[in-house]
Amino acid sequence: MCTLEKRGNLFFLTLTGDDEHRLSPTLIDSLITALSQVKSQAVRGSVLITTAHGRFFSNGFDLGWAQAAGSSSAARDRLHYMVDSFKPFVAALLSLPMPTIAAVPGHAAAAGFVLALGHDYFLMRRDRGVLYMSEVDIGLTFPDYFTALMRSKIGSVSARRDILLAGTKIKGDEAVRMGIVDSAYDSAESVVEAAVRLGERLAEKKWNGEVYAEIRKSLYPEPCGVLGLVPKTVIASSKL
Amino acid sequence: MCTLEKRGNLFFLTLTGDDEHRLSPTLIDSLITALSQVKSQAVRGSVLITTAHGRFFSNGFDLGWAQAAGSSSAARDRLHYMVECFKPFVAALLSLPMPTIAAVPGHAAAAGFVLALGHDYFLMRRDRGVLYMSEVDLGLTFPDYFTALMRSKIGSVSARRDILLAGTKIKGDEAVRMGIVDSAYDSAESVVEAAVRLGERLAEKKWNGEVYAEIRKSLYPEPCGVLGLVPKTVIASSKL
Repeated sequence: MCTLEKRGNLFFLTLTGDDEHRLSPTLIDSLITALSQVKSQAVRGSVLITTAHGRFFSNGFDLGWAQAAGSSSAARDRLHYMVDSFKPFVAALLSLPMPTIAAVPGHAAAAGFVLALGHDYFLMRRDRGVLYMSEVDIGLTFPDYFTALMRSKIGSVSARRDILLAGTKIKGDEAVRMGIVDSAYDSAESVVEAAVRLGERLAEKKWNGEVYAEIRKSLYPEPCGVLGLVPKTVIASSKL
Repeated sequence: MCTLEKRGNLFFLTLTGDDEHRLSPTLIDSLITALSQVKSQAVRGSVLITTAHGRFFSNGFDLGWAQAAGSSSAARDRLHYMVECFKPFVAALLSLPMPTIAAVPGHAAAAGFVLALGHDYFLMRRDRGVLYMSEVDLGLTFPDYFTALMRSKIGSVSARRDILLAGTKIKGDEAVRMGIVDSAYDSAESVVEAAVRLGERLAEKKWNGEVYAEIRKSLYPEPCGVLGLVPKTVIASSKL
């Protein structure tokens, strides 16, 4: 499902297994627990890198589990349940007291794309994997926190229209051009290596984690509002 | 004034006549009726293309009709009347349950520019026609829904300043560079042909119109708020 490791300053949250890493209630719960552990062990210089094994970063919520409910209304209840369960995870990610990097070596769709976007830095593979908001094609509207996050993280008006309203599938280099992804790499290994290099550079800054998190919230007030995250003033300066 | 035709999947709303296509109460009313008809005939795969004959897409509200009122306060009343009549048209356009394309073969100024911007895709001629928000030059402030729409559709801060605060006249290629227009073409015919090609491509997706409209609203929450359009959750997936 997912593992959490610590190597020096860097926490590695990895979606394991060679499947689609569907965000089921179980996986969402494991991810929330993992972030909780990361937060409790945070020190100045900590950095989180989230990555995945296999061909998929994550293909979104576990719609198969929803459909297995038996009836269409029970299926919708299960979908809503996953939407509501994932919301505190995104809130925790946006509040994490350290820099966060998504090292995306495969496809990221729907809630999986949102998972990646919830990180401060987004690195991706260029030769494989697409980013895709599948909802318009499947026939689903977006949860409020999805659109709020996407509006905050994707600056280009036409890119937002292409992604949300046209369901465009975007490969690495295009994602960089559109301003969604910071940089793209030639293999799964090199995405992770680049994330580690970036992580070490950020770690050297030894930022105060509480200040870092509050500044992040002030950067993204719209999703924070929807997620119930209130920014606060922090003066952690040794000079004041 | 305006005509509505259907050819296959595509609805064509055309501003007819070789004049400035000024948005008078009569024309606004015809446009609202036309959108109503389009909405009632909408099916999966429907697409709206709005275009015009002659040298103008639209030069905005019928200020001549306002001035003919006789007194300066009666003229202002007529202007306010047109501002209020046009608002539900823009609301209907932003709620239309299908992709919308503005194929602009001539000048689009003030409310005419807003008319074009209210579409999901904006195609324009490069060799003739300018986009122009004339209000600062005429001495008029903007209706609230104008600025909300322009802020949502024009992403660049300096472009917004140039357009609204400096009354800059923008030709096709510049409009593409500024991110306002999707693409520019060498003649009136080729703008429309490109709109048809785009329309057919979008039609093939056979999107659920209700979902499409709700996703569009979630893309543009600020104008939707001003226009009284409340987004709602829709689950139209056959899988749920």
